[in-house]
Amino acid sequence: MSLSPTRTSLDNGATLLVKATPKTPIVAINLAMRAGSIADPADAPGAASLLSRVIDRGTATRSATQVAEELDGRGVTLNINVTRHLFSLLCTCLAEDFAPVLALLGDILMAPSLPDEEIATRKGEAITAIRQDEDNPAVRAMESLMALLYPGGHPYGRRSKGSIVSVEGLTRERLVRLHADRFAPAALSAVIVGDVDASRARDEVTRVFGGWRASSAPAVVPPPVTPAFARRRVVIPMMNKSQADIAYGFTTIRRSDPAYYAFWLMNVAFGQYALGGRLGDSIRERQGMAYYVSSTLDANVAEGPLSIRAGVSPANVDRAVASIDEEVARLVADGLTPKELDESRRFLIGSMPRALETNAGIANFLQNGEFFCLGLDYDERLPGLLTAVTLDDVNAAARHAMAADRATVVIAGPYGDGRIE
Amino acid sequence: MKQTQLDNGLNVLVQEEHTAPLASVWCWYTVGSKDERPGLTGVSHWCEHMNFKGTTNIPRDQVKGIIEQFGGAWNGYTWIDQTTYLETATRDALDRMLFIESERMANCLYHPDDCESERTVIISELHGGENDPDQLLDQELTATAFKAHGYRHPTIGWLSDLETMTRDDLYGYYRRYYVPNNATLVIVGDVDTDDALRRANAHFGRIAPGAAIERRATVEPQQSGERRLTIQKEGTTAYLKAGYHVAAATDPRFAPALLLDAVLTGAKGVNLWSSFRVPPPQRSARLYRALVERGLASSVHGSMVPTEQPYLYTLSVTVTDGTPIAPVEAALLEELDRVRRDGVTEAELVKAKAQLRARMIFDGDSVTNIAHQLGYFATIASVDLFTSLPASLAAVTVEEVATTARDVLSPSNRTVGWFEPLPVQ
Repeated sequence: MSLSPTRTSLDNGATLLVKATPKTPIVAINLAMRAGSIADPADAPGAASLLSRVIDRGTATRSATQVAEELDGRGVTLNINVTRHLFSLLCTCLAEDFAPVLALLGDILMAPSLPDEEIATRKGEAITAIRQDEDNPAVRAMESLMALLYPGGHPYGRRSKGSIVSVEGLTRERLVRLHADRFAPAALSAVIVGDVDASRARDEVTRVFGGWRASSAPAVVPPPVTPAFARRRVVIPMMNKSQADIAYGFTTIRRSDPAYYAFWLMNVAFGQYALGGRLGDSIRERQGMAYYVSSTLDANVAEGPLSIRAGVSPANVDRAVASIDEEVARLVADGLTPKELDESRRFLIGSMPRALETNAGIANFLQNGEFFCLGLDYDERLPGLLTAVTLDDVNAAARHAMAADRATVVIAGPYGDGRIE
Repeated sequence: MKQTQLDNGLNVLVQEEHTAPLASVWCWYTVGSKDERPGLTGVSHWCEHMNFKGTTNIPRDQVKGIIEQFGGAWNGYTWIDQTTYLETATRDALDRMLFIESERMANCLYHPDDCESERTVIISELHGGENDPDQLLDQELTATAFKAHGYRHPTIGWLSDLETMTRDDLYGYYRRYYVPNNATLVIVGDVDTDDALRRANAHFGRIAPGAAIERRATVEPQQSGERRLTIQKEGTTAYLKAGYHVAAATDPRFAPALLLDAVLTGAKGVNLWSSFRVPPPQRSARLYRALVERGLASSVHGSMVPTEQPYLYTLSVTVTDGTPIAPVEAALLEELDRVRRDGVTEAELVKAKAQLRARMIFDGDSVTNIAHQLGYFATIASVDLFTSLPASLAAVTVEEVATTARDVLSPSNRTVGWFEPLPVQ
């Protein structure tokens, strides 16, 4: 059964998608602004991230305490999530609380007061989080990989949390300006999924956001991405740790590239299917070297990364990297088998009912479709798009994406002689 | 929901949920790390890993994809009271899921090479956990709070046991506990109850019951004074934990304790599989206000999980960068003293009940989550305990919460742990 959501544009340019699912008495609300970390000013990395910690700490008409009481009293947790491109308010509430919770979220989104004392407190939290990351080999390896794949200040290579220095330097004026520049109805996509009638949801969203008048600065366009032409290897010694983390990757393609579906299937077979695909078979199952190993494809507005990650004993780092190299080389040279392609395809198509089982899952699917302009019938078309991919397509994707001699490899943990390589 | 027992003792629960074309199958074994003896710590968890490696009728090379070809996902976990396995897939995979679980119960192989290969995987998992100072402190705190009960050692086991355990140790443990009379099978989803029961009987009915399992549980002596530990290790961030012995799930004092936790740190619900993936609503909670709002901590979390026997209520605090641990502990204990002294208000109790009610509804949004709750409670106590929990929570009074606060949060029942980061060389 297809989702068939309704899509409405309000007069002020805000977009609304609604899917009524009266199976449980709950509603998922997913409000996405096109104001992710890519919108951070060049001299203020971490601004969007800090704004996400402060935006719900008081509004023009509610104190921070009132906001907290309204959410907590209804058992609602508001998650505020910043990705490269989106700044999202996400929550699930009881159906009976839908209208007041939406009104509260609208107030938070449109009219945050950003009090100085709240900014000071949240800076302390943000800096503590950055310090925790500094002590986490998996985070250090991945952040370093991204910085190497996206050099020269490219927004995909920056830490979205910023640095301790940049966070300390952020002022209320800076956050107010960021909000004024980026938060506007034309940049809002509101997705409502759950036990609420579509027309009522539309009325409530219009009531909350219909009167919002603001304009946003032009969208930030990520600069072009230059693929690596040589192999790079970086070691981040963390001799106080027990296990080493490996991050190994490449830049790939844009989400809008017609070859996306071939890349997706290739990645599933290579590093996801049934506990890590080919990588899991080799490194975890046959060699017993790692508790976790997998690959992730993150095709985005710009050419996103394909990253391979593994956690291994320090003694097994070299062997694990060599095994990844071997699997990359084997995939590029020999491609997938027809059986592997068929398995991956059946898995992706067959897993759609699970992905679309919960209200939050549906809301996420619709928000993603809206962001990448995939169409309201994307859930119906997706099986066909995957079915149309041929073995030649996925093997061409592997050759395009990967080559061991131009891989970027980062190792963080108790490895080597303790010197940075 | 229909509950029945097969002739071999297998407990079977079936619940129809026709909201999506899916079915979720869970098979629960009443064995967890508390059942392990010295020298074999971690054996329950290691057996869980081995039970994904092929059976007599599922050759090793056919394990991969056996459920994924139906678009499904499968997994398992081991904790202190239980070991469980699940598959969630399209409803046409029901027979496949039941087949996998029946094979897992009766016919796992434990090939020596696989046992050896998995030894290094599990040691890697242990080392990965040690990389996280918060997890390391939690493990040490639990080991300090318990000195006799099997809850004291970590589910993953101690390293020396993982290095020396043999294939025969693993297989013997598997054969002892993986028997139908020690298991609960749960089926939830777009199924017909009678049909599902017929299929369950077809797959499991011929498995012979095992010998009755004798369980000798040491009762943890009442703690008679505060215990403390400090881990000093290179790191960047300080962590503080306080653990208090708390009632088992079947104890009438458990519902008031859940509400006390909701007042202190926000309600988490009672679903070990899903609740803890969504942070609690806690901005107005007492400890959040006392620690996070005052800039002493970047996070505070309370953990109170329903367990078969009395376990721990653990409060975990991430100390804000640059703040010494001592004043954070003082602020934490001051708040706990206040709730012991003054109890909670009627308004706080109303809010805590509303939060728990909402969380328990949110936790029932998928066939996987519903099936988990049925099996989890059947394993540690009974399904009735789960279905009656909303009414039990609704009936709790402010006096009962105050009594619980006085009893549970007493200093002599407390274990305090610090992770003091040393400068990274």
